[in-house]
Amino acid sequence: MASASVATTYTVQEKKRPPFLVDLFLRLVREKPLGTVGGVVVIILFLTGVFADVLAPYGYNEIVLADRLSPPSARHILGADNLGRDLLSRIIYGARISMYVGLAGSAIDVAIATFIGLISGFFGGKTDITIQRFVDAWLCFPSLFIYLTVMAILGPGLIQVIMVLGVSSGIRSSRTVRSAVIGIKENVYLEAAKAIGAQNRRILTRHILPNVMAPIIIIFTIAMGGMILQESTLSFLGFGIPPPIPSWGGMLSGSGRTYMLQAPWMALWPGLALAIVVYGINMLGDAMRDLLDPRLRGGLGRYSGVKRKMPKQLSQA
Amino acid sequence: MAGNNHLIDVENLVMYFPVTAGVLRRKVADVKAVDDVSFFIKKGETLGLVGESGCGKTTTGRCILQLYKATAGKVLFEGKDLCTLHGENLRRARRNMQLIFQDPYASLNPRMTAGDIVGEPMVVHGLVKSGEYKEQVAQLLRMVELEPRMAVRYPHEFSGGQRQRLGIARALSVRPSFIVCDEPVSALDVSIQAQVISLLMRLREELHLTYLFIAHDLSVVRHISDRVVVMYLGKLMEIADSDELYANPVHPYTQALLSAVPIPDPEVDRQRKRILLTGDVPSPVNPPSGCHFHPRCQRTGDECREQEPELKLVGNEHWVACHRV
Amino acid sequence: MRLIPYPPGVIVGGEVIFKGQDLLQISEEEMRHIRGNNIAMIFQEPTTSLNPVITVKVQLSESLALHRGLDKETAGQEAVKLLKLVGIPDAERRVEDYPYQFSGGMQQRIMIAMALSCNPELLIADEPTTSVDVTVQAQLLELINNLRTQFGTAVIIITHNLGLVARYVDRVNVMYAGRMVETGSTEVIYGQPKHPYTLGLMTSVPRLDLGRKRKLSVIEGLPPNLARLPTGCAFHPRCYLAIDRCSKERPELEEVGENHYSACFRSQDVKK
Ligand SMILES: Nc1ncnc2c1ncn2[C@@H]1O[C@H](COP(=O)(O)OP(=O)(O)OP(=O)(O)O)[C@@H](O)[C@H]1O
Ligand SMILES: [Mg+2]
Repeated sequence: MASASVATTYTVQEKKRPPFLVDLFLRLVREKPLGTVGGVVVIILFLTGVFADVLAPYGYNEIVLADRLSPPSARHILGADNLGRDLLSRIIYGARISMYVGLAGSAIDVAIATFIGLISGFFGGKTDITIQRFVDAWLCFPSLFIYLTVMAILGPGLIQVIMVLGVSSGIRSSRTVRSAVIGIKENVYLEAAKAIGAQNRRILTRHILPNVMAPIIIIFTIAMGGMILQESTLSFLGFGIPPPIPSWGGMLSGSGRTYMLQAPWMALWPGLALAIVVYGINMLGDAMRDLLDPRLRGGLGRYSGVKRKMPKQLSQA
Repeated sequence: MAGNNHLIDVENLVMYFPVTAGVLRRKVADVKAVDDVSFFIKKGETLGLVGESGCGKTTTGRCILQLYKATAGKVLFEGKDLCTLHGENLRRARRNMQLIFQDPYASLNPRMTAGDIVGEPMVVHGLVKSGEYKEQVAQLLRMVELEPRMAVRYPHEFSGGQRQRLGIARALSVRPSFIVCDEPVSALDVSIQAQVISLLMRLREELHLTYLFIAHDLSVVRHISDRVVVMYLGKLMEIADSDELYANPVHPYTQALLSAVPIPDPEVDRQRKRILLTGDVPSPVNPPSGCHFHPRCQRTGDECREQEPELKLVGNEHWVACHRV
Repeated sequence: MRLIPYPPGVIVGGEVIFKGQDLLQISEEEMRHIRGNNIAMIFQEPTTSLNPVITVKVQLSESLALHRGLDKETAGQEAVKLLKLVGIPDAERRVEDYPYQFSGGMQQRIMIAMALSCNPELLIADEPTTSVDVTVQAQLLELINNLRTQFGTAVIIITHNLGLVARYVDRVNVMYAGRMVETGSTEVIYGQPKHPYTLGLMTSVPRLDLGRKRKLSVIEGLPPNLARLPTGCAFHPRCYLAIDRCSKERPELEEVGENHYSACFRSQDVKK
């Protein structure tokens, strides 16, 4: 019974786990076909947005009066609008706007949610109560009301839209981060960190943040769909991104609506693009939630796989 | 206090947790988790702390480490009062006293590698630069009988016993002189318990450590401790040398506690006297008057109901809080 | 790792025979009958086995109505009697309480009362005391022991607590990695263990009656993964007596004394 031999008899597998995001990606592809489709939609959106200049056959504001209200044809695959602008090109440039709004808006959302959620959840007590009352008040207002008021003050524009949407839904989603932090706070390893003498900053960044990454990623993905949809709503109502910049929501409203009967394709394509993208992002978000939600996940060490099973006879009862 | 060989002196430690109710969080009562407890721990010894669930063992350990701010009382570390330390001074003082946890699963951050977990205390206390602790970590892992190459793994890739070893290596990394072991083996498989107990005992010899060993398993405490403290409902009942306490328990509660533990040998166990306690441990919010143990005690009398017993010396370093001795 | 001690009659193996009937062969209908009326089980976590939103009285009377065909009135009275039997003070009043209003030890007593509601001939207690204190453990086991003598119920206690086995049990089965490795009366298992695993267990637990000078022996390594058992004897990688044969062939239970069986090629070399 030499004690030196202890380590050699352990049966733990040598397999190295790939880094978190790589692992997540692999599991997405392997386990979630619908989520993968959503992911592909998102990638297509981004590629379209990034390479809009290359992909679009015409400029987004290139007016050819002769082609006014032209139905889909060889010259204009998706047709042209009331000013004779190529709809395909406008959809493609619209993807760029959606991408900006989706990415930047969600980034602001997540940054604010994480900041508020971490502070509120970690320090608790009076700090938490004060912050939460503010968040409560914010949640009392219908979001559209907030958007419209702020946009009316700031005036339309891409940056304004992103800021308003990001900040507003960031405050909203701080709730999720806060409850995740409070859940994490129960864990003894935070107490362990405190016991070794770690500073609050270290505890927040090294111990809490990595463990709330899952809800943050979920918030980011799901918020992206919401942002794009809300930007469209704002633009549809005329408070969003001013013409002639092509936003899918803006294309739906105004001329799209006016010429609904003469040229239905004017409203059809932006509506369809919006529906597909938002649906795809939501699928991706759902898949992320399934993959990341700790309640649905195993992997808590050696015993995780070994569920206590009753003998067959008993379990049939 | 100077001149004696005490590493830790706990003086009249009190820890009340407020019980709040209603929307306004008004305080309605106190959980008297630890109520006026005093003892000391000598340099190099292992002091066992036993008692039933909820009697305040963990709370005592945490108050000593200043993880809870005690309601009243003092905790002296080499004569210096820890309770008056704050902020940076307290953080620095934590280097000398570490904690080993009961649950080897929950006490390790699942997103950190074993190497980072063991190395973190050294970084926090500025003993090494961040990312430059590979050598020290390897040495620590060897010390707790793990292999240095395991440093790249994540906690879920270890078994319970191995995780507990990681927890021990983390505690040892800053070379503390005092370690609170809070039920370090009670979550482990029986055959693994012996491995970890033996490891803790070996490390104590090699590194000249002082332990406060908290457990509800009296056999384990007996095996590892030099002296033992028995607690009941936030109060100290008896303190004695471990052999003395087990051979010659004086307090009726200690006697009952010991007799409830069966000895894994039918021949020996049959010879022992059995005292069966009735009822449950009362709530620490509303502890009984006088001696907290009196409602369950077989030798209870009037003074037990009315007056709280003081600790009395009944033998060589053997104190008992009971009216009936 | 489990120790399965039992006083009288159950045979474990390809068949589970209860009073001459193979339980693995009978229909689900018959099984339900036996389960309710002849065999009862107590689990490790009483909190998860009692319905939290129904009073103890209703839970007990339902079981009584089902198994003994009592009407509501008598079942209620019987429920109070059962609670008294398992030592719940003030049973008349407390029977109206919900499970969460009882302490862990009390809940376990209620579980025992539930188990008794069908007058079982066999009571299986799966780690009945791991979630309670030693003093409560002693209370519960004394209770089970008294009920056993009073009603002549056979009891199987599944546990890893060696002390508890020594105090309350007549016969012991020692299991390792899903197999029985040794079986015999408590006296011979503790007095002359004939399997290295049993011996390892005995000498690796700290004992209250032996001082701190005693050195614990250590069973090296980890319990094996049940999905990938070692070949031959599952214990051989951790065994200090292992020989070549142990990794190739699986030892069967062999008689090593009167009513004492051990599954080890070197059982004669196991010395205390
Ligand atoms: N943070 C807290 N807030 C409120 N009450 C608490 C807190 N921590 C402990 N308590 C209460 O204080 C009492 C003592 O708890 P403590 O954890 O010290 O007991 P223990 O002896 O360690 O028990 P165990 O053996 O179950 O670990 C208990 O009644 C418990 O409910
Ligand atoms: Mg505790």
